[in-house]
Amino acid sequence: MNATLLFVQALNGLQFGILLFLIAAGLTLVFGVMDFINLAHGVQYMVGAYLGATLAAWTGSFWLGLLLTLPATLGFGLLLEFLVFRHFYDRDHLSQVLATFGVILFLNEGVRVVFGTAPLQMPMPELLSGGVTVMDGLLYPTYRIAILAVGLATAGLLWFLVERTRAGMLVRAGASNAPMVSALGVDIRRLFMLVFGFGAMLAGFAGALATPILSVEPGMGDTPLILAFVVIVIGGIGSIRGAFLGALLVGLVETLGRGLMPDLMRLVMDPSAARQTGAALASMLVYIVMAAILTFRPAGLFPARR
Amino acid sequence: MAFQDNPGFARRTLLAGSGAAVLAAPAIAQSAPIKIGLVVTATGPAASLGTHLRDGWLLGMRHLDTKIGGRRVETLVIDDELRPDVAVTKVRAALERDKVDFIVGVVFSNILGAIIRPVTDAGTFLISTNAGPSTLAGRGCSPYFFTTSYNNDQVHSVMGQVAQDSNYRRVFVMTPNYQAGRDAVAGFKSKFQGTVVDEVYVPLTQLDFSAELARIASLRPDAIFTFMPGGLGVNLVKQYRQAGLATIPFLSTFTVDEATLPAQGEAALGFYAAASWAPNMDNPANQAFVRDFEGVYNYVPATYAAQSYDAARLLDSAVKKVGGNLTDKNALRAAIAAADFRSVRGPFRFGINQYPVQDFWQLQVARRPDGRFQTETVRKVLSANIDPWAPECRMPVRI
Repeated sequence: MNATLLFVQALNGLQFGILLFLIAAGLTLVFGVMDFINLAHGVQYMVGAYLGATLAAWTGSFWLGLLLTLPATLGFGLLLEFLVFRHFYDRDHLSQVLATFGVILFLNEGVRVVFGTAPLQMPMPELLSGGVTVMDGLLYPTYRIAILAVGLATAGLLWFLVERTRAGMLVRAGASNAPMVSALGVDIRRLFMLVFGFGAMLAGFAGALATPILSVEPGMGDTPLILAFVVIVIGGIGSIRGAFLGALLVGLVETLGRGLMPDLMRLVMDPSAARQTGAALASMLVYIVMAAILTFRPAGLFPARR
Repeated sequence: MAFQDNPGFARRTLLAGSGAAVLAAPAIAQSAPIKIGLVVTATGPAASLGTHLRDGWLLGMRHLDTKIGGRRVETLVIDDELRPDVAVTKVRAALERDKVDFIVGVVFSNILGAIIRPVTDAGTFLISTNAGPSTLAGRGCSPYFFTTSYNNDQVHSVMGQVAQDSNYRRVFVMTPNYQAGRDAVAGFKSKFQGTVVDEVYVPLTQLDFSAELARIASLRPDAIFTFMPGGLGVNLVKQYRQAGLATIPFLSTFTVDEATLPAQGEAALGFYAAASWAPNMDNPANQAFVRDFEGVYNYVPATYAAQSYDAARLLDSAVKKVGGNLTDKNALRAAIAAADFRSVRGPFRFGINQYPVQDFWQLQVARRPDGRFQTETVRKVLSANIDPWAPECRMPVRI
C-alpha cells in the first residue's frame, strides 16, 4: 500500500460519501423536521433511477432525462405523501415503520411489473465518458469527478436554502419545535409536504445520477437506505451539515476499510485467515464506528435539536 | 399468451393445447394430464433468472404442443420467493393437493436444499434445471434427483483451466464473502497452478468497487477471476470498464450472461465466461430454440432457459419410453437416465450421480449484428467432464 494508492482510495471514499450524502440529505430533512421515519426513502432513490433511465431512453439524452427526473420524482414524492404518508404523521414510529415498509414492498414489486425483472441499461453520457489517469493503469472516470462536483454543489445549495432563506428558517424551526412553529401561524402541514417532496426529489436525483455506475434493478435502494440511516444517525438527525460530514465519514471508512483491513490483519495472522477476517471486519467497520460515535455523542455529531 | 408479459404472478395454472389434444392422441394417451410443478424465483432481485427459467420451459412446452410423451401437460408455476420456508410450503401443497407428477426448475441451491427431501420422500422425480449443489452430487445423491445443468465447481474449474492454458502467471481473485464465493475460489484454484496475487472477498451488498479496482490496478495481474452474480456483476463490469482496467483479461463465472448483459451492454464486451451452453452453438436443436425463444419472448435466452428447455425435451423422451405410464418408478427413472433427446448443447448424458456428463466451453461476450449482446463460444475447455463429487455417490440400483 503506497501513498498513491492511499490517495486514490481516499478519493474513492470521498466520492462514495458524496453519493451517500445525496441520498441521506432528503432522509435527514424528513426525519429531523417531521420526526417521520421514512423507510421508503430507498425506494424513492430506486424510482429516481428507473425514471432517469427511462426518461433518458425516451428523450435520447442523458441530460434531458436527468433534468426531467427532478419534477417527476418531486411529483411522485408528493403523490406518495398525499396517498400514504400524511396519514401517519401523528402516529407513533412503529406505525410509520410498518407503513413505509409496506411502500417498499409495493414499489419493489411495482417496478418489476412495470419495467420487468431484468436490470435496465443506462449508458454513460458521451461528454463524461473519459477518465483521468490517477495512477499507473487506473483511470478515474470523469463521471465520478462530476458526481463529486454535483454533490458539493448540492451540499452548498442545501446549506444556502436551509441557513439563508425564509423557507429554510421555517424548516430549522420545525426541526427544533414543530408545535411552536404551528402556533406562530405557519401551515406546518404544507411545510411538511414541501419538505417531503423535496426529500423525495433529492433521493430520485441521487438515483438517476447513480445509474451509469450502478445496476438499475428492483430492490436497488435497500442497501443505500441502510447506509443512509447510518449517515444521519452519525451526523445528527435533521442536520444537513451532519449528514454531509457523516456521509463523507461513512464513505471513507467503508472504502478505506475494505482497502486496508486485509493488509492490517495480515500483520497479526496468516494470509488466508487475514483475508476472511479482514473482509468480515471491513463490512462491520461502519457500524463499529457508528456505535463508537453514539457512545460519546448519543445525539450524533451535529444534532439539529438541542 | 398473457403470462409472458406478466411476471408478477405468484402461482398460476397454465392450461394450453386443450383443443389440439384430440388431434394427435396416440393409443398411449391417458385422460388425466401430467402435472408439472415448475419452481422458479419470481420475486426479489433474482427474479430475472426465474423468468429465463420459466420461459425456457414454456417454449419447450410450445414446441411439444403442450404434451410430453403424448400426454397433455399442465404446468403449475410455483414462486419460491427465494425463501426456503416458502418454497417448502408451496412445494408440499403442489405434491399433496395438486398431486404433481414432476417437480422441475429451481434456480438456487438453498431452495433446492430445502425442497429436495419433501419431493424425493414423496417418491416424485425432481429435475433441477439450474441448481446443482455438490451435496446432491456426492454423498447426498438421490435416485429421484436429476439435473440438466451442472455442478457449480465444474464451471469455476473451467476458468482455472482457461487461466492455466492462457499462461497467466499472476491472477487476482475476487468473489462475494459467502459459501458460494469461497467455493468459486476453490473451484478456480483446482485447475490453476500459477500465483493468486490476492484474494478479495466483498460483502454481498457491495455497491462501489472502486477500492478493489484501485487494488487491481496497483497489483497489475495478468488476469482477474471473479464470480459476481446478478446486480453485483452489473456494478463490477460497468465500473471495471470505466476504470480503464479492461486491458486486464476479465475471467468470470455467472457474472456476464444473457440475464445481466442487457444491463451491462458494451461494458462487458470481450469479457470471458464459462458454461456448457451458449446461444451461438451450432446445432439444429439450438438454432430452433434460440430463434423461437427470441421470437416469442423478445430477449436472448441464458443458460437457465436452455437447461429448462432441455428438461422439457428430456421428460418428453422419458415419458415416451415408458408409454405414458408413470407408475413404474424404476422404468421411469431408467428412461430419464437414458437421456434420449437432442440437447441444445450437443452431446449430453447422465453420469452415475444423475448429473450431466458434458463439455464445458470458454465464452466471450460479443455484440450480434442486430445490436444485442450474447456470450459466444471461444473454445472447448473440458470434454465429457464428470463433476468432482460423482465418485462419492453411492447410487442405489433400484428405488
